Amino acid sequence: MLQNHRDDFLNVPISDLRSRVVSGELTVTALVQGYLGRIQTSDAEVRAFLAVTEDRALASAADADRRIASGEPLGPLTGAVIALKDNLCVEGVVTTAGSRILERYIPPYTATVVTRLQSAGAIVIGKTNLDEFAMGSSTEHSAFGPTRNPWDLERVPGGSSGGSAAACAAAMCSGALGSDTGGSIRQPAAFCGVVGLKPTYGRVSRSGLIAFASSLDQIGPFGHDVRDCAELLQTIAGHDPLDSTSSTMPVPEYAESCGTSVAGLRIGLPVEFFGDGISPTCAAAAREAAAALQSMGARVEECSLPATAWGLSAYYVIAPAEASSNLARFDGIRYGLRVSGSGHIGLMEATRGTGFGAEVQQRIMAGTWCLSSGYYDQYYRRAQQVRTLIRGDFDVAFERFDVLLSPTTPTTAFRFGDCADPLQMKLGDVCTLPANLAGICAISIPAGLVDGLPAGVQLMARAFDEEMLFRVGSAYEQVRGALQPPRVGASAEWMAA
Amino acid sequence: MTTESGISRGESAYEPVIGMECHAELLTASKMFCSCENRFGGEPNTRCCPVCLGLPGALPAVNRMAVEHVIRTAIALNCSIESEAHFDRKNYYYPDLPKGYQISQYGKPIGSGGWLDFEVEGKPKRVHIRRVHLEEDTGKLIHFAGDSQRSFVDFNRSGVPLMEIVTEFPPDLHSADEARAYLTELRAVLTFLGVCDGKMEEGSLRCEPNVSVRLRNAETYGAKTEIKNLNSFRAVERGIAFEAGRQATLLETGGVVRQETRGWDEGRAATFSQRSKEVEQEYRYFPEPDLPPLRLDEPWLERIRATMPELPSSLRNRCLTEYGLSAYDARLISESRATAQWFEAAAAVGGDAKLVVNWMMGDLARLVNAAGASLDQCPVTPQRLGELVTLVSSGAITGKIAKAVLDEMYATGEPPAAIVEARGWRTERDPAAIRGLVEQACNANPEIVADITLRGLTQKRGFLIGQVMKASGGKADPGEVNRLLDELLARATGA
Ligand SMILES: [Zn+2]
Repeated sequence: MLQNHRDDFLNVPISDLRSRVVSGELTVTALVQGYLGRIQTSDAEVRAFLAVTEDRALASAADADRRIASGEPLGPLTGAVIALKDNLCVEGVVTTAGSRILERYIPPYTATVVTRLQSAGAIVIGKTNLDEFAMGSSTEHSAFGPTRNPWDLERVPGGSSGGSAAACAAAMCSGALGSDTGGSIRQPAAFCGVVGLKPTYGRVSRSGLIAFASSLDQIGPFGHDVRDCAELLQTIAGHDPLDSTSSTMPVPEYAESCGTSVAGLRIGLPVEFFGDGISPTCAAAAREAAAALQSMGARVEECSLPATAWGLSAYYVIAPAEASSNLARFDGIRYGLRVSGSGHIGLMEATRGTGFGAEVQQRIMAGTWCLSSGYYDQYYRRAQQVRTLIRGDFDVAFERFDVLLSPTTPTTAFRFGDCADPLQMKLGDVCTLPANLAGICAISIPAGLVDGLPAGVQLMARAFDEEMLFRVGSAYEQVRGALQPPRVGASAEWMAA
Repeated sequence: MTTESGISRGESAYEPVIGMECHAELLTASKMFCSCENRFGGEPNTRCCPVCLGLPGALPAVNRMAVEHVIRTAIALNCSIESEAHFDRKNYYYPDLPKGYQISQYGKPIGSGGWLDFEVEGKPKRVHIRRVHLEEDTGKLIHFAGDSQRSFVDFNRSGVPLMEIVTEFPPDLHSADEARAYLTELRAVLTFLGVCDGKMEEGSLRCEPNVSVRLRNAETYGAKTEIKNLNSFRAVERGIAFEAGRQATLLETGGVVRQETRGWDEGRAATFSQRSKEVEQEYRYFPEPDLPPLRLDEPWLERIRATMPELPSSLRNRCLTEYGLSAYDARLISESRATAQWFEAAAAVGGDAKLVVNWMMGDLARLVNAAGASLDQCPVTPQRLGELVTLVSSGAITGKIAKAVLDEMYATGEPPAAIVEARGWRTERDPAAIRGLVEQACNANPEIVADITLRGLTQKRGFLIGQVMKASGGKADPGEVNRLLDELLARATGA
């Protein structure tokens, strides 16, 4: 019954799924089987998943159905079936971070966000593909092959959380988690036409997230709409004693912000995010979104964040520097790949030389260089100073504006191989990474299609003001209206299934 | 090869310059950044978790007790204390370093700019302290003889909180004796504070002296060497003396001192070259992004100040004024908190503090050392030693008997009074009985009596007293023996 109605999977909010399974209209097992069937028919093309945890998911579903039947209390995410970026550790499940060096690594503990999802009743359906150690903007840099964009299989899904974005877009799950270091949730969300949220730094525990750049990384949700992201954040947010950088600030009721009026809110359009290097069509899509909000009573004005011009340079010093240190633990001594060499150091060299891909090696080299004693002041310290300036720009802007609006990406999804120039590729993060450097929250919401491909609009708000993103984002969704599903999502095999 | 020449004989043109870097393992229930138990030894890799193994995704959380211990030490060492504790990463590769970096404090140590006062051969000495900071220990490589293909790693020690105490440059220490005295005082301070157990042999207090020599009164400093693997006070003293001598001889004979790390060979009593350190190791320090700065706010510091225990210098003063001990005894008592507490508990019972020290440092120390134990494992409690001292000072038993009682106490753990009663070891005071023994001794040794009475060789009295004591089984009251012997000899002279 269920599988005959595409809408039962796609664009059905998590809260609706919950009420359907609670009412008995649908069993959780049927729901999970539906997604598994969807993965079976579509993922051969998309390749969003590195592992599908079918047995675990079905066992959890059976347990959930038993609880429902016996009237036991249910968590708020009952009925949510979630895919996890494969840099989130799950006890007993191979976790690769997209790297050969962890090809057979099975963590002995589970990331806090995953534990929280599971205790809220969500079911994990599998682990999704990513650029190796989350380094990249296309999910082409996974050691296990690229993921394809469900809208156009010749195009990239964006990165590094491309697997999670694609899985969500192709309705292979009700939501997904990714990690965002410089735009790794928002950029693929924009390319794949789903909602992706980078919460404020410290809002969500990073415990169990295989680190890329500790001071920039933040775990966040993908959803079919803003409310789904709000519900997922509700569950994963909050202080965790296992992560000292996680905030003790109370977690608001995020879903309550969805659907509240935007009349009188002040929206800023930072001119730097609409200028050189930004395709006119993406900029136009963002301006249209602003106009739509204005029609709902918001006040829209241009503003400037001058220091963001240096954001890309600062980011490409800080992120590799921290990565070079974070990745030092992959040495072949205790777990993962081991390639023998002469003596201890030889073993480490051979393991790291074989286990890490080119992109990762390049960033480790760059980061090592930036931290070395002769260059620390010139690069790392300088970059941290730029970061302070960027924060200052945002502080000034947020005195005038409740939210800032921009395109999420300079272009829509590019074709495989079209972005051979690494610098060009890195420019893809130019709109997203200022939020990571400043530690504020930001969300990407589909802004319709540009030449048949999704474009994203980005909203940025003050640190810990995710409520503002949900409020403005859900208002925009109302005026924008429903979206059509991607090509793969509408494929005939699935319709017939 | 050189010998221990020059410096120690004081005839060299060169003087040693010694900097000390000491690592103290902190006495905390759990490790520095996780909740694993912090304890010495044990089956390898039984006290490990994702955090101290550096597993992917595991994050550190600061142990506040370890921070407090460093603050306590910084206060005791007269340091100024930062208002925030910052942590940095020290990056390097080694198989026993699970994260590929060590979390340490580089830019801003918790304490800096302090000093430690103590005495060397009765003269006051002040050593300036550059920094006191917190870091985590690494694991340990284990090699098995005959298996050169493999090494094993034990991570039980990985993440154990370590405090590093570094002396100021230019260094204030100029001899092995001074270095030893510094280390002795530092250990006493740490154990009095209860922040470290000070056990060098278990590695919970480790010291790496930097040694260089320079022409006396010269402004410049020569190349320095760092000595590793020193696990006793004796090794520290001998290692420094050897190394200073080696460098002086080298320079005197036209050689050049190379900057390097040197090991200490206890058997050969010599240092040996481990690795050249001409290229400074590149640690790529940067602020630890996983740990936000920890505020050391005034109320917290105030609470710590309010609960600071007595320091060894204060105890030494009390030993002189309150207990009437000699400076030498005061120093012995204050070498560690365990010793000091043991002494005070015994003195509270035993009354005569001087006697308590003598017994503690004499016969009891001999028994403890012979058993290879330490004072806190000693079957004789401070109370029992106090009781024994009371029995001696009241005259209930003689000093000679007391030694036998102590042996019994050590072996059986029995109270001294019970041992004395059971063995009938109370002092013999009956004049008639003692007179009989004195007469017996004199009669048996007429020529000795003659030596004393006729030839005035009074030193031979001791022999007769010894005979009497022996005959009494050591129980005869020595005063009574003396009095009666005098009486008898006087009579013999008069006769
Ligand atoms: Zn641990």
